[in-house]
Amino acid sequence: MNSKESSRIVITGIGLTAPNGNSLKEFRQSLLDGVSNVKNIDMRYIGEVHAGVCDYDTKKYQTRRELRNSTRAGSIAIYCSREAVKDSGIDWDGVDTSRVGVYIGTTEHGNVETENEVYNISQYDYDVRFWSHHHNPRTVANNPAGEVTLNLGIHGPHYTIGAACAAGNAGLIQGYYMLKLGEVDLALAGGVSESTNTFGIFASFKSQGALGQHEDPTKASRPFDSSRNGIVVSEGGAVYTLERLEDAQTRGAKIYGEIVGYHINSDATDAVLPNSERQKECMFAALKKAGLSPSDIHIVNTHATSTPQGDIQECKAIREVFPSESCPDTRINNTKSYIGHAMGAAGALELAGNLPAFEDGIVHPTINVDDLDPECALPNLVINEPESRPEVNTILNNSFGMLGINSCLIIKKFAE
Amino acid sequence: MTKEDIKKVVLEIISEIAPDEDLSNVQSDVRLREQLDLDSMDFLDIVMELRKKHGIEVPEEDYQQLASLDSCADYLTPKFAGAGA
Repeated sequence: MNSKESSRIVITGIGLTAPNGNSLKEFRQSLLDGVSNVKNIDMRYIGEVHAGVCDYDTKKYQTRRELRNSTRAGSIAIYCSREAVKDSGIDWDGVDTSRVGVYIGTTEHGNVETENEVYNISQYDYDVRFWSHHHNPRTVANNPAGEVTLNLGIHGPHYTIGAACAAGNAGLIQGYYMLKLGEVDLALAGGVSESTNTFGIFASFKSQGALGQHEDPTKASRPFDSSRNGIVVSEGGAVYTLERLEDAQTRGAKIYGEIVGYHINSDATDAVLPNSERQKECMFAALKKAGLSPSDIHIVNTHATSTPQGDIQECKAIREVFPSESCPDTRINNTKSYIGHAMGAAGALELAGNLPAFEDGIVHPTINVDDLDPECALPNLVINEPESRPEVNTILNNSFGMLGINSCLIIKKFAE
Repeated sequence: MTKEDIKKVVLEIISEIAPDEDLSNVQSDVRLREQLDLDSMDFLDIVMELRKKHGIEVPEEDYQQLASLDSCADYLTPKFAGAGA
């Protein structure tokens, strides 16, 4: 197959589940209405914790037997993929399934099943004869993507992209690459998180002093607020159908937007602490690939997770890339303030929540800011109330993760 | 435990493993995989549930004995007796 490097790559379908919505329409409405839906759940060994939990219809695309064998990440990936395919309007029966690729970003995979199995054998005096034969197929790193291929009968490549909390963007970037290379004709790309089912994630953030707390769980995730004290762990997923522009146009597809810029780089400084210099370089590199200036960007969707240091570092980087004096049309917001941190799904979900701005011209705000931290006081931060703009044509989506991975994706409203 | 009781035990396990299946007309003398949508992992689930719920071990070389309800009953009767069930 010849390379298709001259092709433009577009988004033609979106399937998602978030703690505050199980479709793009529901999710967007919650973001415009200020609905969070973060709740308290009981976590094994820990007790009550805040979490963003999804309530999508698990039986919509899987039988009860399939669900019994599935992982939560697999189930979320299947729901999102099937919803994306449906939304794209693709005639699935006419698709050459050997030319479809599945690229699902994950922060982690296997913790849930491993914890469950260790707990299970603890009930049998740690006799490993009671360890499930399902453990390996459930915990192999490609599980969420592989489950999608089983469910949809896809015969092209599938794998997950492990990229900590940058994984949602990384999944989309992988899909973009494979379409450009001509390896596939349709990419199902995005990210998923099942992290609310593993106590280890919560316990580790708690030990790190980075687990968010508030008497009202819906206010626990509060990036940029002076009283912010950590992350709210969430599950969720967002999967996109990506196609080459000519293919999308040939079938008369609805086009949500075009991927015009992207970049991934590494801090190489610390396993958990962010590095604003590398974040800045990541944004500049994505802008360069897009052929855009900072002032051309209309929405910067921040990664900020509501940790005291992390939010400041990202604001520092954004202040330097998008000085308000030279970027009067750039608005900055944050989606984690509603749904918490959906880990591997975060980048993909947060992008989805902002894409409708191309149609309605509204920038959803960052909520839960009662007392703006002066160090996060970016002049064009949209706080607590949505802002209508004359036009929104470009979105820059940041997602950063542990081990110092930074990702940046730029989507442009489609124009011929 | 009678052979009929053992068939009920096996069907109860299958109802948990394959909750979408209609088990009302399963024929005892016909191979389970010919009547139900069961794969090799499902049979391992049956083996695991016999171990967990009834303390019964089915060695790998005997898996074929679980092919039908009748063969399950024949094979498991002495094992249930041995387990004191």
